[in-house]
Amino acid sequence: MARLNPTNIERAREVIARYPQPRSAMIPLLHLAQEQDGHITDDAKAHIAELVGVMPAEVHGVSTFYEMFKHEDVGRYLVGVCTNLSCMLLGADELLAHAEDKLGVKVGGTTPDGSFTLEQMQCLAACGGAPCIQVNYRYFENVTPERFDGVIAALSAGTDPEGQAVPPHGTLSRVSLPHPSTDADRERPQEIHS
Amino acid sequence: MTATARTSVVFARMGDPEAHQLDRYVATDGYEALRRALAMTPEQVHETVTTAQLTGRGGAGFGTGQKWSLLANTYPRYVVINGDESEPGTFKDRQIMERDPHQVIEGALITAYAVRATRVFLYVRGEMALAQERVGQALADAYAKGYAGDNILGSGWSMDVVLHWGAGAYVVGEETALLESLEGKRAFPRIKPPYFPAAKGLYQQPTVVNNVETVATIPWIIRNSGETYAALGAGRAPGTRIMCLSGHVNRPGNYEVEAANITFRDLLFDPSLGGGIRNGNQLKAFIPGGGSAPWFFEDQLDLPLDPGPVGAEGSMLGSGAVVVMDDTTCAVRAAWNLVRFYAHESCGQCTPCREGGSWLEKIMFRIEAGEGRLEDLDLLLDVGDTIAPGPFPHASWPEKGLAASPFPYKMTTICFVGPSAVVPMHSALTRFREEFVEHINHRGCPKGSAHR
Repeated sequence: MARLNPTNIERAREVIARYPQPRSAMIPLLHLAQEQDGHITDDAKAHIAELVGVMPAEVHGVSTFYEMFKHEDVGRYLVGVCTNLSCMLLGADELLAHAEDKLGVKVGGTTPDGSFTLEQMQCLAACGGAPCIQVNYRYFENVTPERFDGVIAALSAGTDPEGQAVPPHGTLSRVSLPHPSTDADRERPQEIHS
Repeated sequence: MTATARTSVVFARMGDPEAHQLDRYVATDGYEALRRALAMTPEQVHETVTTAQLTGRGGAGFGTGQKWSLLANTYPRYVVINGDESEPGTFKDRQIMERDPHQVIEGALITAYAVRATRVFLYVRGEMALAQERVGQALADAYAKGYAGDNILGSGWSMDVVLHWGAGAYVVGEETALLESLEGKRAFPRIKPPYFPAAKGLYQQPTVVNNVETVATIPWIIRNSGETYAALGAGRAPGTRIMCLSGHVNRPGNYEVEAANITFRDLLFDPSLGGGIRNGNQLKAFIPGGGSAPWFFEDQLDLPLDPGPVGAEGSMLGSGAVVVMDDTTCAVRAAWNLVRFYAHESCGQCTPCREGGSWLEKIMFRIEAGEGRLEDLDLLLDVGDTIAPGPFPHASWPEKGLAASPFPYKMTTICFVGPSAVVPMHSALTRFREEFVEHINHRGCPKGSAHR
């Protein structure tokens, strides 16, 4: 159970510097901790608390509010089936039942080999492609039981399902974001037409 | 319906699969509006958006220019873009962020210039991995080419834009909850007053919170003038808006339309839009503005997509999400599905929502599962009344002696999540009471079992 490693401490400091107040970096740093350890550990919560200047209990409170943060290990692939209205109307409940049969686990369960965790998700903003699923937050729309099986088969074989790369659970975007200016003048209004 | 039903303002680049690339964006008028805005004064830019009569596309429909004019005269002040789209049935902001992210950044920068903001935050929903990557890459490219950051386009004006991620919570869509979340806290909506973040927002400083679609509209307005935009469509909210059409239609999808020029019948049945109900089935009900909007029925099909008449008839256009249910749909199951969503997404701050929402869900489920009792129907209304007391809005039903009650409702909660759990229960129970009774008398759902 780990604190952030030296590389991630550097990344954390970069993230904190984007905000006027360090505490705003809380959610991004929790994502960073989850990428490192697969879930949010107590040590990581304590470390984030130090980095952003709050009590560990506050980090715990935030981390348990948001559903993407996991507090125990999940599978390499988090398979989420949306069952909200638009998806339900087009067979999402039946798709979820199929997913439980196919993976041999109930909602919330992880396959014995640690490959897949099945989740029932709330509206994923893909209602025009209902029913939809996400694997590690990558979308697959208009999913039939046959297509579901194809996605699982591809992931099991280590290939990209339907040509879409799906990095392991917790992987953050690798886009390098710009560094905001630390110039104090930026806190004041600017006039370019005098 | 009119020949101009589909008009591309926000969706102008949707035909180009590479529109998210900076060079493609710049080749199609991209960042031209920012250049023009910087040649104007902030007041002139603000006036242009006010003239356009642009209204917020996140759900509440507040005038954008009016919202900007409420800012308290202190600094620092912030612009926060709400990209936490998660209202059931709504899927437009994700498409805009994934496929035309520069348009969002350009609109956000123009907004920041107009309101003299000191920093911009883009709050993108945590579950949208591709949108985060696309917006992040667009932002990095915009900085590299001088469209964001220091001395933008050589104007002497500088603005930083910070990309922020969520982590899964519907309530973040409520603007004060979003600000709490951006401050690194649990997303608890703030007690009102103050009613507007324009007075006290992020870090208690003046803040404009605008939806993704709203700001994505602004570059077009600057390039074409406020008058030109206001001349599109009609009614109380002119211009175009993106309608998210889903459920039992032949052609689900996002359609940008001059909304007030068309009716729900056009949207559902026109061959270039919804294309009719699947399998030639009959319409049973439709939701006109996202999961928290009271349901409409056949009788409302000829209403225009205009907030005025839609509100008078007991519902709202909200986030522009229209969910269509055909006559094979079990009203109890559909309503329970929505109640379950709002119960699940209650932040737990207000007792009527935290307790009431989950009781509504449990009672609805036992009716659907065949374990309901006739007393449950009054109990549902009673629980609903503790969350949203008094007359509840519903569409007119003259045959049963019911006149339409206008939207909105009274509420005992800080935000709209609690009453939103009452909405589907109340709509379904008012209109399809006999289906509830049938479930209870026959000990189960005539259309099949429910999953929990």
